[in-house]
Amino acid sequence: MFIRPMFRLVKDGTRINFMNGRFAGLIVSAILSTASIVLFFTPGLTLGIDFKGGIVIEARTPEPADIAKIRTAIAAQGVREAGVQRFGEVNSVAIRLDAPPTEAATQQLVGRVRAALEAAQPGTRLVRTDAVGASVSSELFHDGMMALGLSLLMILVYIWFRFEWQFAVGAVVTLVLDLTKAIGFLVLTHLEFDLVMVGAILTILGYSTNDKVVVYDRMRENLRKYKSMPLRELIDLSINETLNRTLGTSMTVFLASLPLALFGGTSLSAFAWCMLFGIVVGTSSSIFIAAPILLFLGEHRLRRDAVAPEAAKPVKQ
Amino acid sequence: MMYFSRLKTWMVIGACLLGVLFSVPNLVPAPGDFALWRTIHLGLDLRGGSYLLLEVDMAAVIKERLESLGDSARSTLRRAGVNQFVVSTQPAQNRLMVRLGDQTNQDKALAALRELATVSTTLPGARPDLDVSVTPEGPISVVLSPVALKERAGNAVQQSIEIVRRRIDETGVVDPQITRQGESRIVVQLPGVEDPNRIKQLLGKTARMTFRLTDETANPSNPTAPPGVEFLAMEGRGGGKIAVRRRVEVDGATLTDARAGQNNQTGEWVVNFTFNSEGTRRFAEISRNNVGHPFAIVLDDKVISAPVIREAITGGRGQISGSFDARSATDLAVLLRAGALPAPLTVVEERSVGPELGADAIRAGGIALACGFLLVMVYMAFFYGLFGWFANLALLANLFLMTAILSLMEATLTLPGMAGILLTLGMAVDYNILINERIREESHNGRTPLNAMEAGFQRAYSTIIDSSATAFLAHVMLFAFGAGPVRGFAVTITVGIVTSLFTATMLARLCMVRWYAAQRPSVLPV
Repeated sequence: MFIRPMFRLVKDGTRINFMNGRFAGLIVSAILSTASIVLFFTPGLTLGIDFKGGIVIEARTPEPADIAKIRTAIAAQGVREAGVQRFGEVNSVAIRLDAPPTEAATQQLVGRVRAALEAAQPGTRLVRTDAVGASVSSELFHDGMMALGLSLLMILVYIWFRFEWQFAVGAVVTLVLDLTKAIGFLVLTHLEFDLVMVGAILTILGYSTNDKVVVYDRMRENLRKYKSMPLRELIDLSINETLNRTLGTSMTVFLASLPLALFGGTSLSAFAWCMLFGIVVGTSSSIFIAAPILLFLGEHRLRRDAVAPEAAKPVKQ
Repeated sequence: MMYFSRLKTWMVIGACLLGVLFSVPNLVPAPGDFALWRTIHLGLDLRGGSYLLLEVDMAAVIKERLESLGDSARSTLRRAGVNQFVVSTQPAQNRLMVRLGDQTNQDKALAALRELATVSTTLPGARPDLDVSVTPEGPISVVLSPVALKERAGNAVQQSIEIVRRRIDETGVVDPQITRQGESRIVVQLPGVEDPNRIKQLLGKTARMTFRLTDETANPSNPTAPPGVEFLAMEGRGGGKIAVRRRVEVDGATLTDARAGQNNQTGEWVVNFTFNSEGTRRFAEISRNNVGHPFAIVLDDKVISAPVIREAITGGRGQISGSFDARSATDLAVLLRAGALPAPLTVVEERSVGPELGADAIRAGGIALACGFLLVMVYMAFFYGLFGWFANLALLANLFLMTAILSLMEATLTLPGMAGILLTLGMAVDYNILINERIREESHNGRTPLNAMEAGFQRAYSTIIDSSATAFLAHVMLFAFGAGPVRGFAVTITVGIVTSLFTATMLARLCMVRWYAAQRPSVLPV
């Protein structure tokens, strides 16, 4: 362990015919993504208050919290839908309220709930208050989506610039598929979609792109190196050659995110779970989605020069 | 690739040592006043505190501008000899409509109204701030130019920031940060303030105080007030309404000081104030001419008190007594000292975190960071042996360099920022993995050790550049468009990408070169 490596993830000279599974990969991916899109519309994402607007209060009561009493006290403030939950310890309560239509009303509501809590259980302290008005939340949502969209665009432009267009299309189609799956994951797990989650999704996209770029890089190199190898074989070779790196990096990012998911605290663990899912999706999509797309798009075009030697082969024999 | 000149070697080592050096201020208190003794600031989500996003009510700014414009329009028209007219404001269209009773006066009126316009000297391509024209339907419209309006709105926000700062300073909050955001918003960050309620109350008042005469002939129970008079609510005990003249005799802006105190005889809470010289002169004049009549002290369209003037007040001092207690008297004094806001402020976003919750977050984040770091290092050691240790050394240097750069930037570390550091560490070893795998491949292809290392670095380079550039671009976008804590995340990641590039390609390479020079191995341990 100090001088020589002790393990290898994949044995040297491994040659798995990934492209045999190209249809299976694409079909599974298409099914998952379609299901995710359906989930996105019903039941839809659990929006955090950043994007939905509303009030989240975390309070600590001097004695064990009397949930029923607190619920009645808050209901007395004329709130339509209030979520009151115990939060971790016995004297900790989380209260969630929908945003009233105007910003001023939101602020008044915070004040009233504060007073109601104090009246219900004197000595209660609000350890966290987040109140986001309706108009601000829609702006935050707009900005978040803008950041996501522009990042995708930048990635497309960059890859287009550095590789041939088939690579760029392959990468961006794969990223969009990854993105939909991440959204499906968020819907299923009820993890809140908020600003931090946009950061997580962007990181997943960045990571996934990174993975694709490494495999693409090898393909480009092999395209120059093996002038006459059929594209399908070449793609398989490139994936196999970079497999140790692909899986290795996934492992390190996975290992770095795991402690965060397990004991990073409420908001960071949601972020980290999303990351962990994204790592698995991003790694597998490099192999099973991005590569087959490239194979379909590039079958004839990327191998234009190769056609001649191949046609010439039988003559030589 | 595999040659390091003495200078280059020392530069790499020097950079890493500087990284350690500039990380130190985060751990020990400043021994003196050094310019470069900079630290990472903890975000409010980690140290506890309140974040308030305030919006300046721009509609009110425009409305007030139109109203004062309407007043000046009325008086200029009268001075010009135009007597029959109706002036109405249309805030939605940013304009004033003047309907003349006698159309023959139109030219005279137009000339008079055009004189109201001022040509701004601060704006390029100076144009009058008003556009006076005759509408096809007949009335004259006076439109505020968008440029002038924008300038006015900008000034209103700037002025509001100043007033907000003064009010918050009065409350004794340590180290508040008040900054402008976008066109009409103000961000207020209050470290250590767990319950921002008092501050929200202080900021929620415009606190425009005026001294005006009352109209004793008008009956406040009538549905409409006579022209130039309005019915305002009385604050406190009695309630009810009182007829107050619209004309402002003395403005609260002429106050130089205001202090809460107790009346010697009755013991009730009062606010004592002092006028500046202009206020003193105006107040003396009004009180001399109106002995025996009540005058109203109006704060934000509510009458605080309406005492009867017993004698001319020439000393420039006065006292407001109303239904105050110690707290409300102090608050009013604070508001009067700080001055009036040019427009009402609304809190549109509030985030407060108690200090113990912040401490919990730091602890959880710290443990996660330490565990993640350890796991990655163990992985690298197991899977890459000696070259893995070189990567680990690079990782450690990376952590110091990141800390140093974030400190020098005086960046704010937020909870998502901590996640960013962890992810950077996970991804930083990616570069080493790429390089190590490549070296291994080249070595297996039959190259000599030095040759394999050389080729490994060379070939891995283009891949590293491509992968870091895409990640870099994605996070720059996040920084540009993201808000609040996510920007902290984007900052740590972008800084991390740059430092990772340096440590993975330079430091790890240097280690390999020195090791090779010392050992001259015939086979690489890959």
